[in-house]
Amino acid sequence: MVISHVGRRTWRARLTSALLSGITIAWALSWAAIVVWAIVVSFRPEAEPLGRGDVWFGSRLTLENYQRAWSLAPFGRYYINTIAIVVIILAVQVVTITLAAFAFAHYRFPGQRVLFFFILLQLMIPTAALLAPNFATIRRLGLFDTWFAVAIPYFGSAFGMFLMRQAFLEVPRDLVDAGLMDGCTWWQLLRHVYMPPSYPSLVAFAISSVSWHWNEFLWPLVVTLTERSRPLTVGLARFTQLGEIGARWQLLMAATLLVAGPLFIAFLLFQRRFIQSFLHTGLK
Amino acid sequence: MSRSTFRQRVPVLPYLLIAPTVFFVALFTVWPTALAIYQSLFRQRLNIAKYREPTFIGLQNYVDLFTNDDFRTVIVNTAIYVLGTVPISILLGFILALLLNRQIRGLGLWRLAFFYPNVLPMVSVATIWMFFLTPDYGLFNTALQFLGYRGPQNWTANPDLALLSIMIVAIWKNAGYYMLFYLAGLQNLPTDVFEAAALDGASWWQQLWHLTFPLLRRTTLFISTIAFISAFQTVDHIFVLTQGGPSTASTTLLYWLWQVRFEYQDVGRAAALTVILIVVLLAFTVTNFLLSERQEDRYGY
Repeated sequence: MVISHVGRRTWRARLTSALLSGITIAWALSWAAIVVWAIVVSFRPEAEPLGRGDVWFGSRLTLENYQRAWSLAPFGRYYINTIAIVVIILAVQVVTITLAAFAFAHYRFPGQRVLFFFILLQLMIPTAALLAPNFATIRRLGLFDTWFAVAIPYFGSAFGMFLMRQAFLEVPRDLVDAGLMDGCTWWQLLRHVYMPPSYPSLVAFAISSVSWHWNEFLWPLVVTLTERSRPLTVGLARFTQLGEIGARWQLLMAATLLVAGPLFIAFLLFQRRFIQSFLHTGLK
Repeated sequence: MSRSTFRQRVPVLPYLLIAPTVFFVALFTVWPTALAIYQSLFRQRLNIAKYREPTFIGLQNYVDLFTNDDFRTVIVNTAIYVLGTVPISILLGFILALLLNRQIRGLGLWRLAFFYPNVLPMVSVATIWMFFLTPDYGLFNTALQFLGYRGPQNWTANPDLALLSIMIVAIWKNAGYYMLFYLAGLQNLPTDVFEAAALDGASWWQQLWHLTFPLLRRTTLFISTIAFISAFQTVDHIFVLTQGGPSTASTTLLYWLWQVRFEYQDVGRAAALTVILIVVLLAFTVTNFLLSERQEDRYGY
């Protein structure tokens, strides 16, 4: 009796399991279909009209759309701008957050708590909400329509500082003491004792910073005007409004994939790193 | 704080080390907040000659806003958007995590299928959805028709569906992100508790309600904080898909703030809107912070 009971249960459990797997797979395929469809259409000949099913079962595949999109808008320049902005932000952030985190983790000084909470204000008031007054500041600084206009509000990162401080606090005390006994300067202490075990946190922060700023739209829209500084995302939004684009989806999807492509490919290649980074930072 | 032993005799260095961060926070978080509060008390419209120079008008900008029909629509839209997208994408994320947290072949691939929208820029997501939502041969309408839908097809141009369509896009993009946190949470749950519960004859539902949910409460709180903040500050898809329209049907608070400042050139009103947005965001983050603090006390984390 017991055996038959167990047998029935596993039979039911198996059916449930198969059903749940079916739901999961169907759901996943529908989620993926959206982008796969867009990718396929970007390789369909531009001149062909689209009707139901034409995307999946079109005539042939071509790279024309990518060439056309590239020639219709200065995507090359947009690439340079996006890469420059992302690199500038990251380079400055790495320095500012490491130094600040080191100060908060290693030293004790009057006003420490107050200053710590002062910096954390940045987490409570997202920069996006402050675009109007920050635009005024950028104007006054004479940075309008430059890479630095897009980058400078992010030069200090409360979040990165917080993350690195957590990492530094986990460095074993004995190691720090040993460094001090050896007469390390603060710089050597940071460089050789605190940094090595904290690199994973720094990498996690770097990945989330790069993907956040690669994808950012509203702030660059506000502070850029020409292709001198306009990044890919803003370029794409403009591209959708070009009169000649209309409903030429083949072209538009090619442009879209040009914009999303590099980061997406990096994500596919380093999936584990990215996912760990997103989990670690919870930013984005 | 910690590491208290390394007190320097003249502690100048730590101040120098944090100076850059403090400077940028002061310049791009604290100063603009103060500036917004100040400017919100003035009338200044850059596209009208006689209002070009700021004039002090007290709280008039706020009074005007609260009697403004567009503002009311925008607040309602924002509430619908936030209260619609946040719980639904969190719930979907949770269900997805439960579905993936089983023995299933090709787990990595399915997880990727749910998570990948999050790595795409919201602008690209929006153009892809613009295509996906195309009337007639668009995949979305084709699929809906297959399922028996006979309603209007031009989603982004329909006053009743425009807001819904940008909400769907946001849910599609975010559910997989929240799934990731729940998946990590589920994998860290203590298995012995569940084994004991199963031995005691607790059903799947009972385990879910009385064990999984409470144990993942911190994860949920964390996710809801980031979800709320991101719901208020993500407007990229509105720019591409609806431009806030038709009329103001899909205009949310931050999008309207952008319009008021950069299209209507109304500095005073934009400043008042900035202050309102800050207050709303602070209310959310502080509430969540207090909730999580209290929880930590109770559970002794």
